[in-house]
Amino acid sequence: MASEQNGAGPQEALLEIRDLKTHFALEEGTVRAVDGVDLDVRRRQVVGVVGESGCGKSMTAMSIMRLIPPPGQIVDGEIRFHRPFDDRSDASDIVDIAQFESNSRELRDIRGNQISMVFQEPMTALSPVRTVGKQITEAILLHQEVNKSEARDIAIETLARVKMPNPEQRFDDYPFQLSGGMRQRAVIAMALACRPQLLIADEPTTALDVTTEAQILDLMRELQAESDMSILYITHNLGVVAEMAEDVVVMYLGKVVERTDVDSIFYNPKHPYTRGLLNSIPRLEDVLQDKREKLNAIEGMVPSPYQRLQGCSFHPRCPDFMPGVCDEAEPQLIQLEEGHAVRCHLYT
Amino acid sequence: MTVYIIQRVMRMIPLLFLLSLIAFLIIQLPPGDYLTEHINALRASGRDVDEAEVERLMKQYALDRPMHVQYLTWIQNILFKGSFGQSFQWGRPVNEVIGDKMALTFLLAILTTAFVWTVSVPIGIYVSVRQYTFTDYLFTMIGFVGLAVPGFLLAMVVMYFSFAWFGLKVGGLFSPAFELEPWSIAKFQNMLTRIWVPVLILGIGGTAHIIRIMRATMLDELRKQYVTVARSKGLSEFAVLMNYPVRIAINPLISSLGFLLPWIISGGTVVEIVLNLPTAAVVLYRALLSQDMFLAGSFILLVGTLALVGSLLADIALAALDPRIRFGSVEEM
Ligand SMILES: Nc1ncnc2c1ncn2[C@@H]1O[C@H](COP(=O)(O)OP(=O)(O)OP(=O)(O)O)[C@@H](O)[C@H]1O
Ligand code: SF4
Ligand SMILES: [Mg+2]
Repeated sequence: MASEQNGAGPQEALLEIRDLKTHFALEEGTVRAVDGVDLDVRRRQVVGVVGESGCGKSMTAMSIMRLIPPPGQIVDGEIRFHRPFDDRSDASDIVDIAQFESNSRELRDIRGNQISMVFQEPMTALSPVRTVGKQITEAILLHQEVNKSEARDIAIETLARVKMPNPEQRFDDYPFQLSGGMRQRAVIAMALACRPQLLIADEPTTALDVTTEAQILDLMRELQAESDMSILYITHNLGVVAEMAEDVVVMYLGKVVERTDVDSIFYNPKHPYTRGLLNSIPRLEDVLQDKREKLNAIEGMVPSPYQRLQGCSFHPRCPDFMPGVCDEAEPQLIQLEEGHAVRCHLYT
Repeated sequence: MTVYIIQRVMRMIPLLFLLSLIAFLIIQLPPGDYLTEHINALRASGRDVDEAEVERLMKQYALDRPMHVQYLTWIQNILFKGSFGQSFQWGRPVNEVIGDKMALTFLLAILTTAFVWTVSVPIGIYVSVRQYTFTDYLFTMIGFVGLAVPGFLLAMVVMYFSFAWFGLKVGGLFSPAFELEPWSIAKFQNMLTRIWVPVLILGIGGTAHIIRIMRATMLDELRKQYVTVARSKGLSEFAVLMNYPVRIAINPLISSLGFLLPWIISGGTVVEIVLNLPTAAVVLYRALLSQDMFLAGSFILLVGTLALVGSLLADIALAALDPRIRFGSVEEM
């Protein structure tokens, strides 16, 4: 730890997820919502998580928050969080969030305080019958030793940080009095109020129009740059990833299939699924020439969540499918070069 | 908020007028006017009728005048003199007949609500967070039984067993010794030892009902995103429940408060007759049977007014709790 003595180095680990598995034991069968997720978030880093709908992005986030809806359960793996001590910011102790009792005191001390989350739907993320201010100060009063009027000041200051117009007045407004974009700002302010080390943003702009989306993305980048915060940014939009993230994690059917920095994802993708995702982005030329049929959507359907495929779970859709190999053994996530890991038999 | 309240009160005025018309119609309903009927009845029973008294009553209620004058006289007497007319069945002014009965009904309604709420709201919350567990099924079953068994049957069963096992006569609100006494502290205490029986019996159905409503709305609310968001702030599960889903699930109950009095009156009548309670419902029932129309009409007017006032108060409470209602009314304007 000698190298980290003079302040936290940029490479310092904050969150390390190892082989996380979160399953839903339903009557119809087991849904393996998360079935082998490995990812690292370092301090002050933005990590993007991409993948098709239903690949387990939200459940990965919910596993970190330990807010998995029943009957979902973490059945395996570790979520190591380097929890900073309150007084010495560069020292930390490592806790395994996966091991906490659900709703335990320790867990609640982390939630909303050191790790907080911004959800997909700003319209439903706030209670309609309580003021925006009340819902923000709640977390502040819970995690910080301040009185009500200090909490109010912090909340208004946070609202100003997220560029909420007229923060003092908005403080006493009810959510339905705000526009969608303002509501998402309020939700972000709520998550930032206690200055967390890690912000999980689960598709925070999906419900917003394009202009508002761009503003919120700008805002999140600024907030990240001006504070000590890391962001785990979940999206199905590769364009957003390109804008936001340093590292990218690609998920398919509950598994991380590729993990690398943002440039490698776009210029040197290894996994056939990642390549498929990149090809599915409509190119401007195609759109302009109205060649919609040329859109390269990945062929085939996502298999039913109850199905358990032998071998590589992508093999029914994979253009590089190798019979006798890919449908036999499950590929492992292997390190190709420094910082680039892929789960595919092409590289074993 | 003030705007909302004023608006809401203004909206009540035409309703009150309509209600008074209905009550007046009921008074007018029996063939012939009630005074003539009354005199005939007296004559038939061979009693003397004081002509001067008849004359005075005719004048007082403007019975020889057209209908609208009669209505105006009736409503003026109520509004400016607080006089509801004469109960011919009891031979006393309606005010005297109604007074303490109305108070008792009111007391019964308030106690029953308090009982129903204190029991059913916590249970409703509890079973909603323990959905599909044994406790949930148990209360669901008890709830169905509570809904299905008619109150009067329950009343008779309770009366039978309390008499058979404890030698207690639980009918009536007072022990025989206090029955005809004027009101006193002792009489009041005596009543409190007995009033729980009708409260319990009247409350069972409502309890089952409110548990079901509470459970259903809670299950709806618990699924909502803002509950997860509240958890993600690190709030304890209890704080999450109370400040978020419960805070909203309670609103439909508040708005149901307005219907409470009519509900007790109509639903409770049979129970109250079985239990021999001197409540308003029973008096209304008898008044209707014996065509004591001033009494019946006044009753309907009073109960209706109280119901309207009740729903007014419930609406104001709801608006205080739910900003969407408050602001919604402003936007409408
Ligand atoms: N409450 C639940 N019960 C059972 N299965 C669930 C539940 N929630 C999610 N799942 C399953 O978990 C899998 C992953 O879901 P998740 O919400 O993490 O997907 P996602 O990647 O976030 O998708 P999207 O982009 O649509 O948000 C899905 O197959 C889904 O069917
Ligand atoms: S392991 Fe085989 S099927 Fe799976 S992605 Fe690689 S090449 Fe395709
Ligand atoms: Mg999702």
